[in-house]
Amino acid sequence: MYEYSSFDHEFIAERVTQFRAQVARRLDGSLTEDEFKPLRLMNGLYLQLHAYMLRVAIPYGTLNSRQMRQLAMIAERWDKGYGHFTTRQNIQFNWPKLEDVPSILQALADVEMHAIQTSGNTVRNVTADHFAGAAADELADPRPIAELIRQWSTDHPEFQFLPRKFKIAVTGSPNDRAVTRAHDIGLRMIVQDGLRGFEVIVGGGLGRTPMIGKTLSPFVPLDDLLPYLEAVVSTYNLLGRRDNKYKARIKMTTHEHGIEEIKQRVEAQFAKIKPRFAGADLQLLKDIEQHFAPPKFKPLIAQVEADSAPAQTPVFRAWLDTNITAHKAPGYAIVSVSLKKPGATPGDASAAQMRALAKIARNFGHDELRISHEQNVILPHVHRADLPQVFQALRQADLAAANIGLVSDIIACPGMDYCALATARSIPVAQQIATRFQALKLEHDIGPLKLKISGCINACGHHHVGHIGILGLEKAGVESYQITLGGDATTEAEIGTRAGPGFGADEILPAIERLLLGYLKLRLDRHESFLEAYRRLGLVPFKALLYPQTRKAA
Amino acid sequence: MIVIVNDHGFSLQNDLTIAADLSSDFDPEEITSELLQRSCIRITLDSFADGRGFTLAARLRQCGYQGHLRLAGYVLADQYAMARRSGFDDVEISQEFATRQPEPQWLARADWRAHDYQSRLRRPAGPSQQNVESRN
Repeated sequence: MYEYSSFDHEFIAERVTQFRAQVARRLDGSLTEDEFKPLRLMNGLYLQLHAYMLRVAIPYGTLNSRQMRQLAMIAERWDKGYGHFTTRQNIQFNWPKLEDVPSILQALADVEMHAIQTSGNTVRNVTADHFAGAAADELADPRPIAELIRQWSTDHPEFQFLPRKFKIAVTGSPNDRAVTRAHDIGLRMIVQDGLRGFEVIVGGGLGRTPMIGKTLSPFVPLDDLLPYLEAVVSTYNLLGRRDNKYKARIKMTTHEHGIEEIKQRVEAQFAKIKPRFAGADLQLLKDIEQHFAPPKFKPLIAQVEADSAPAQTPVFRAWLDTNITAHKAPGYAIVSVSLKKPGATPGDASAAQMRALAKIARNFGHDELRISHEQNVILPHVHRADLPQVFQALRQADLAAANIGLVSDIIACPGMDYCALATARSIPVAQQIATRFQALKLEHDIGPLKLKISGCINACGHHHVGHIGILGLEKAGVESYQITLGGDATTEAEIGTRAGPGFGADEILPAIERLLLGYLKLRLDRHESFLEAYRRLGLVPFKALLYPQTRKAA
Repeated sequence: MIVIVNDHGFSLQNDLTIAADLSSDFDPEEITSELLQRSCIRITLDSFADGRGFTLAARLRQCGYQGHLRLAGYVLADQYAMARRSGFDDVEISQEFATRQPEPQWLARADWRAHDYQSRLRRPAGPSQQNVESRN
């Protein structure tokens, strides 16, 4: 994985020094709160409901055991002993004191991490497929290009005051696990006539006006990618609206001007700036690629394949069924560690759990960890022979929930318990649903299901692309939860359809229960997932499940 | 009273004649060869949050503009390095602002050539860029 160059080290050190001075200048009155705000935001510091919140980048979701241990240390020393992993491969600390933040940034810099551009109207932390470099189905590891984009976008002089935030995601696999169609720019790797490049998708986004991204170029060769991206962001910087923040994202710029006009402007600008890069970017990419060489995989030992190990228990078997994904190296597996134990806060990990994960990664996982946009932790390289030991270690850390991809593997935003923007609680709803279906013992029967909850229309919980989406709103002083159905975050990305009127806080769980128990009766057989059944049958029968009274009255 | 900020700090001397005054909403499609011949172009920001000025400066340089480029209006000391890296030669601020954000705060970013990721991603500065850099 990527190790900082002396340039990176000096840059980060300088940046910490600058931020220390900015905090001091805020305190001595040189900077007004309005002026300080974008400066703290571009260093990851938000002002939340109860306190400051620091959002730390985990670039393209990759970290090593030393970095994970440092996150645990920060959680204990400067926060309340835990951290919250987000849908954009960040970790948030919810209770830091302003005066401690420069020291936290220094502690991050010590392990080659930072909080730069995790907030504000800048190019945000670049995200990537959380199985990158391990998945059996990928064309190539997308992380070298993601690291190149990180370096290019960091402190880019033109793009620190964009009309609005700007999110980029990269996938190297035809099976999109990075939600590229819901990003300002989504990059999907393609190999054309032996030449590597990317489909460039622009103007996707969730939020109050959800849009699926449109293809700006079906193929940009790798050699042209950075100048092409710069042309897109430059075009957006000049063209994006600055009079209305709700119309300022590039999805609205694309909508208002049309993809053809954007394309024309981008291509003209690309032609102008391409010669200025002159291969220096590609030389750097070559250096970066060396950092991402695969680990030295151990040979396959047929006799101790975990699947045929004698000492299997039903819980271990269930965990193998849900939490393991095919690895490209023979004898290896990708392990997804669920941060969604029913009843727990989705995405939260305690300092002790972070340390346990770090230890497992070091002992059994070639020292690598990933954070997924689904708020889980991934051990990307585990030898199958080690799976029983990994499972035992996870169990001891209370991290062995066997629910990846099931109903209780819920994405939820922090909601009104933490967030100043939220209009309803989301974590308690997630906890209720997860606990209920665990008690019903129906999770495995229901099978693959993406349930996503947002506590306001900004849609941080990605509810628009959940098979079942729940949007918490406030109506006349009480919480009201709207359900959307049929959303999809994968390659065939789709925005879900609103099913009907909202449900009260005490009605949402029974509604979800009716919906899923009803699905079990509607499906052809247990191989037809909820999404497939919905696509076959349409909204009507599912709506009838959600609103039985209406049906009787009609 | 206005203050000019460059890599050496504050200067009250202002002997340049502004040949073109652009606002940040200037359409880059209107960058004409006539404009590129002007000796001094000034771009004024009404808000420090308006990032268009930086891209506009970069576009002018990309079109071959070799004259003096000045950033004026509501600019923070923290934006000095961004301005220089985008192609501006100096920054013009009000006396009042210069009092609130005094010279050392600007000089702290006079090392704008250091720690610049962009410099690693592009070919070494060409003739036009060197021109810009040698001026101060």
